[in-house]
Amino acid sequence: MSRHKKTQNFLSKLKTNPKKRFSGDSVFRTVVALIACNIFIILGLIIFKITQGSWLSIQTYGINFLWGTTWQPFPSNQNSPPIFGALPLIWGTLITSAIALLLGVPISLGIALALSEFAPKNFNYVISFFVELLAAIPSVIYGLWGILVLIPFLQNNVYPHLQAVLGFLPFFQGTIRGSSVLTGGIVLAIMIIPTVSAISRDVFAAVPNSQREAIIALGATRWEKARIVMSYGRSGVVGAVMLGLGRAVGETMAITMVIGNSFNMFTSLFEPGSTLASIVANEFTEASSPPVYISALMEVGLLLFALAIVVNASARLIIWRSTRKIKEVEMF
Amino acid sequence: MNYKIIAYVEAAVIIAVIVGFAVYGLYFTNQPIRLSGAGATFPAPLIQKWSAEFKDMTGVQINYEGIGSGGGVKQFTEKTVDFGASDPPMKDAEFSAAPGTLQIPITIGGVVPIYNIPGIPEGLNFSGQVLADIFRLNITRWSDPRITTINPGVTLPDAEIIVCRRSDSSGTTKVFTSFLSDESAAWKATYGAANVIDWPSQTIGGKGNPGVAAAVQQNPNSIGYVELSYALESNISYGKVQNAAGKFVEPTLETLAAAASAVSLILPPGDASWASVGSYFNLHDVEGADNAYPIASFSYILVYKELNVRSGMTLEKAKALTWFLWWAVHDGQHYASGLSYVPLPQAVVTHNEATLRMITFNGQQVNDWA
Repeated sequence: MSRHKKTQNFLSKLKTNPKKRFSGDSVFRTVVALIACNIFIILGLIIFKITQGSWLSIQTYGINFLWGTTWQPFPSNQNSPPIFGALPLIWGTLITSAIALLLGVPISLGIALALSEFAPKNFNYVISFFVELLAAIPSVIYGLWGILVLIPFLQNNVYPHLQAVLGFLPFFQGTIRGSSVLTGGIVLAIMIIPTVSAISRDVFAAVPNSQREAIIALGATRWEKARIVMSYGRSGVVGAVMLGLGRAVGETMAITMVIGNSFNMFTSLFEPGSTLASIVANEFTEASSPPVYISALMEVGLLLFALAIVVNASARLIIWRSTRKIKEVEMF
Repeated sequence: MNYKIIAYVEAAVIIAVIVGFAVYGLYFTNQPIRLSGAGATFPAPLIQKWSAEFKDMTGVQINYEGIGSGGGVKQFTEKTVDFGASDPPMKDAEFSAAPGTLQIPITIGGVVPIYNIPGIPEGLNFSGQVLADIFRLNITRWSDPRITTINPGVTLPDAEIIVCRRSDSSGTTKVFTSFLSDESAAWKATYGAANVIDWPSQTIGGKGNPGVAAAVQQNPNSIGYVELSYALESNISYGKVQNAAGKFVEPTLETLAAAASAVSLILPPGDASWASVGSYFNLHDVEGADNAYPIASFSYILVYKELNVRSGMTLEKAKALTWFLWWAVHDGQHYASGLSYVPLPQAVVTHNEATLRMITFNGQQVNDWA
């Protein structure tokens, strides 16, 4: 009885005083909005702090920071100033990421196609589970596995044959080293497989069934059906690849453990190298002086951040465009 | 009705939590003396072992954080810790920024060349000049006459040398490159000595001692350098290095101690700047160092001579800290060799005793037991 009365009271209040209606709602809305705005604050602070930290280096080296090939925090002549140029790091980042895409994307697409087009449902769950497990492995574990298992294996069983067959190319010449750019690229390839395959699978799953039915009705084989699905989801796959690229560019721990960490404008993939992320991991811990040293490492971080934003933004754009196109088609 | 029960339960939980925190707080205010230290990572396992033993013995709790020598000197200078630790002695500028610092050598470190040449056993001979030439890629093959002449009777393969070194900023690199700079003018002119140097681009960088050791173990015909304790505890071949007296000396706990004994003759007083001792013991002008391993250095604990400069310091804490340091350089040294650290030779212990007697709190000498 009392409850009924309360409800009536409440309703009558609502009628008489509509402005006070749901005052809790507006409070809740404000609180949630503030929490959401934290994202902007955090991102803004990160950009601000990194830019502020790297300002000294930007002022000192300017655009030469991007072209320079010397990295001397403590020059042998103690009176000369430190020199920082990040080109070999950018080069190392680009090449290892390219190797990762070259090796990782075909495998990921194979997984995604198998899951969306060929595999029976039960099998599907098992494969998805293991692929997602790959994504959950901490990168330091990939690094340890790279050092202890992958490097000796590649060095003894793969690289000599690779050099014997492809040794006429400049990328496969010189002394074979286990800790090298190629090993770094291979580890990255394994690390981007979960990202690329999971998103590609979703993209393929979003291809309307009407398309599949139509092509099968025309007498297509399964392979031809898969090709249609792939071409339909092409831009979405590009987005998936870009997200994989984002992971490859920013990967730090695993690559530091296998790439050989040399400041090197390499030509052969058997040479050691460095990436933007690996040099920060190596040198930031004890970089206390001179101040421009810390600043230069901060600027490397800024470059990495800029690269990550560009890669992620273009991936989002491509995925967004592809899903919109598919939805438009579905309306017909 | 339901709401009432929930409200009671909530109230009970909140009260329990508050009481819990209060009891917890009281418990900790009644805790024994706590001291804090921070600095070099190299002596961290030894200092932590000392802390554990000292706590069992006296109840004094000592927290040591291995954050790196640079960080240790910084925190010590800012007086945010009771003691600091650093592998290199403080530079003159650092020393004058922290007036009243006492530097107490607590253990000895050494840097050792390690290598992996299939079929070649442990104990290859290296000279400083040869090491410098190898690490600057002037000697590129193991069969180079500069290596073979100092290794008679060993047939070295005609294989390319793969050079491995630290990729992270490290005191080990500083010690090793300081040695190479003193031994080779060419090295000094091109690379110099620092925690990070601009290595030749074809060398492999490993992170930490384990990273270098792994790189050496996986690349046949490679060479690298690691901290002695690491070389002793891992199963890896290491070489002998020629000292100032011309002898090829194997790095062992004894030969490092011999180097420290030799250098003890020329140590500055504990309250003076130790910058002259340098990144490693340069024994070129020291007599009686025939068995001394040439790439050795101290690791130091830093304390203030007048302990009241650190806020929160009490006479009790000052006594505990001084007692700990006294114990560490005496009985604590027994734990060193078990952890592959070099125990201090007697001459250095005597030197430290004089230093520790200088410690005061509000002008009063703290250690009245010695």
